Amino acid sequence: MEIKRKNKSQLLSKIATNDRHRENSPYFDGWKAYDNNPFHPTQNPNGVIQMGLAENKLCFDLIKKWIMENPDASICTAGGVDKFKDVAIFQDYHGLKEFREAIAKFMGRVGGNKVTFDASRIVMSSGATGANETIMFCLVNPGDAFLVPSPYYPGFARDLRWRTGLEIVPVDCKSSNNFRITRAAMEDAYEKAQKWNLNVKGIIIANPSNPLGTTLDIETMRSLVAFVNEKNIHLVCDEIYAATVFDSPRFVSIAEVIQDMDCCNRDLIHIVYSLSKDMGIPGFRVGIVYSFNDDVMLCARKMSSFGLVSSQTQYLLASMLSDDGFVGNFLRESSKRLAKRHYVFTKGLEQVGISCLTSNAGLFFWMDMRLLLKEQSFKGEIELWRVILNEVKLNVSPGSSFQCSEPGWFRVCFANMDDETVEVALNRIRAFVLNRENQESNRSKRCWRKKHLRLSFSSTRLYDETIMSPCMISPHSPLVRAKT
Amino acid sequence: MLSSKASCNSHGQDSSYFLGWQLYENNPFHEVENPTGIIQMGLAENQLSFDLVESWLRKNPEVMELKKGGESVFRELALFQDYHGLPTFKNELVEYMAKMRGNKVKFDPNNLVLAAGATSANETLIFCLADPGEAILLPTPYYPGFDRDLKWRTGVEIVPVHCWSSNGFRITMFALEEAYERAQKLNLKVKGVLITNPSNPLGTTMTKEELDHLITFAMAKNIHVISDEVFSGTVFDSPGFISILEAAMDRNLENTDVWSRIHIVYSLSKDLGLPGFRVGMIYSNNKTVVGASTKMSSFGLVSSQTQYLLTNVLASKRFTSKYMKENQKRLKKRKEMLVSGLKKSGIECLKSNAGLFCWVDMRHLLSSNTLEAETKLWNQMVCDVGLNISPGSSFHCSEPGWFRVCFANMSRGTLQVAMRRIKDFVERSNFMGRIKMNYQQNMSSLSRKLLSNWVRKLSSPDPNEHER
Repeated sequence: MEIKRKNKSQLLSKIATNDRHRENSPYFDGWKAYDNNPFHPTQNPNGVIQMGLAENKLCFDLIKKWIMENPDASICTAGGVDKFKDVAIFQDYHGLKEFREAIAKFMGRVGGNKVTFDASRIVMSSGATGANETIMFCLVNPGDAFLVPSPYYPGFARDLRWRTGLEIVPVDCKSSNNFRITRAAMEDAYEKAQKWNLNVKGIIIANPSNPLGTTLDIETMRSLVAFVNEKNIHLVCDEIYAATVFDSPRFVSIAEVIQDMDCCNRDLIHIVYSLSKDMGIPGFRVGIVYSFNDDVMLCARKMSSFGLVSSQTQYLLASMLSDDGFVGNFLRESSKRLAKRHYVFTKGLEQVGISCLTSNAGLFFWMDMRLLLKEQSFKGEIELWRVILNEVKLNVSPGSSFQCSEPGWFRVCFANMDDETVEVALNRIRAFVLNRENQESNRSKRCWRKKHLRLSFSSTRLYDETIMSPCMISPHSPLVRAKT
Repeated sequence: MLSSKASCNSHGQDSSYFLGWQLYENNPFHEVENPTGIIQMGLAENQLSFDLVESWLRKNPEVMELKKGGESVFRELALFQDYHGLPTFKNELVEYMAKMRGNKVKFDPNNLVLAAGATSANETLIFCLADPGEAILLPTPYYPGFDRDLKWRTGVEIVPVHCWSSNGFRITMFALEEAYERAQKLNLKVKGVLITNPSNPLGTTMTKEELDHLITFAMAKNIHVISDEVFSGTVFDSPGFISILEAAMDRNLENTDVWSRIHIVYSLSKDLGLPGFRVGMIYSNNKTVVGASTKMSSFGLVSSQTQYLLTNVLASKRFTSKYMKENQKRLKKRKEMLVSGLKKSGIECLKSNAGLFCWVDMRHLLSSNTLEAETKLWNQMVCDVGLNISPGSSFHCSEPGWFRVCFANMSRGTLQVAMRRIKDFVERSNFMGRIKMNYQQNMSSLSRKLLSNWVRKLSSPDPNEHER
């Protein structure tokens, strides 16, 4: 039976049968718990509230209104159907010219109009997921490595590594300096990679950061540019949360930073963008690769055959994003609503002594639950996470699933629910925290003072394919299931 | 600095197949604005039946307004990124696929995985079935895009299975075995065989015999069979289309190992003529393959907006029946127009019953039975005659002189222009050929030498001409 099973799996590729997609991590397991028991204000008021999904649901009304007022933008309406044939045939991987121009303009606006993006450099992909993988296919060979500042988006394990054969080397960032990326941390990670005989091809950053919700300051970005130029490696900037910035400091794209840096080799700089977070339309699969390197741009464009944006969607968005009035209003309104939601949550948590990392962007905040850990370890973090998920019924995401080097941090999403649900979630957190603090606060404080925080994960976890996941191995989709 | 994938040529886009498109892009034919431009006959697109889809859209306002039962579904669609796909869309797809196969095969929507076009579906399947350095057998001639889709990023090798005009390019057991042995000699582990049925570029459906050979071969070698059936809706003549799954069912193989090694790739790009919408899919009875390819589809999901639109289009059964029948009728008529037009010029086509193209025999127009002669003829066709047809060598055909000529991506008027151009070209070539033949027969060797110098001078450009 064993031999038969082994033979069966040899029939398929290693990629199909290994675990490198990392969909068996707690990040995705929590979604399963939500799927099995989803909260509804009237039908299931005791269900699990989804706070582990970074979706932006705050501004649909604006987009819907635009679509209703612009029927010609849809090839399915009486006004637009004349364009149906031309759009339905269009599979040119250069993309619709109007679409590329609209995207370039939008990206420029999101960057505060400090930089102009060249429409002819815009390359499509199937969401940022597709864009990140495509860039890696262009830059790395199997076995090469990329540095990734932690904590980082769990999906990177799949997007960057799974089919490309890339290795991720985390750059450890610490709470002591608000998880900023330091030169020392980068050098440290680079040396570690050398020791492991890994050929480092670049570093990828998310700005604004997922899960931190912070934008990178100009100094850090200059330091990154200097670092990659010295080492002659690539810098990939995932800027998919650029328009979710709701407070100062403003968003600064890497494109703006390198404008003033003559010493920078632009062939090393690449941007990933998407409309999934900024506009809240992940279903439409709009990802963009923007590289300053001509060879990478050409290669990525050829590869975009594997994940073009539907021409129907290109056509609609070309029209929508060219409407300056709409875009201006949308960006303003979106920031306002995100700021308000962020304030409500963080103030609510402050009242019960829970602090969050100060943030100015994103669809989530980085919550500090260290004082509530029974044990200052990742084991303690998972135990707390299970309680929050199963008893408090909130699907928040444990920091370990983001490869955070310190236990006790959780990412909490706030932009994917209505105001009513926000209230319910806050009440549950307040009740839980007060209860737990009464039980645990003294013990936690003693442990904290000991300063013998023993991380249960060594640096060799890089190669451990089965870390962290508790018994709840989930083969199911990590993504929200359809209700139709 | 970059990956080897970025710096190499294995995306295959430097082939003449794609170069011809570029030449067309630089000088595209237009009936009014550019009547001497190049006519695109190298693009297998179905543009014959759009009016049917457009008229359906006009009659279905709810879909237009993204409404269902009066309620707006925009929000749900905008958020929907579940890689399992819209369940209603998959239900409609499996019904549509079954209908196309005369309902002889029933498909389970849980075994269907969506992808961004057949391009993405084929690549994903190869990622699941083979490791870098392993090989897939491919009968020739085959679609040039396979060099990119199957090999480029996967690192998998293609080993051609040579098929010959002597038996209508049918796949024989002998050819399969020969290819397998060749792979062994090259130390390549063969993981599967990929067929296109109906065939691109041949335009023929596979016979039951061929399918049986493939299944028997796959059983004996313990390998996979991938059946790319993207043209299954373009079958316009007998014999009918037989899917690989139907052939396997006829042999009662549902509960055997090979059943889980048979996979189908499909798409709406050719049948419904909607390549821009990027709707592809993988169908497999192998749970592991379904699981892995579902996760991989994250890299190429179908836009939810598009899934929604097409769910509604396919749900209209009367429409799909009418579309299938009408589409096939139009394809048949257009193909017959091409075949008879070529026949008038003394050019024959392989007898075909499907596809958006014909496999045209131009061997008699070659100056010699060589690849160079085929390339020379191709250059003449594109640059002098102004027809972008695709040379057989770009399809890895083992014999020079065959060309794929598409007929479904242009108006009747344009096709007529193309036929006239070919006729003129052939007549010119015949005329020159007759001159050569006469002089060879009647002249003495000395006169022959003098005359051949004179002819050579006439036909090559005078290097001193610009000075006059």
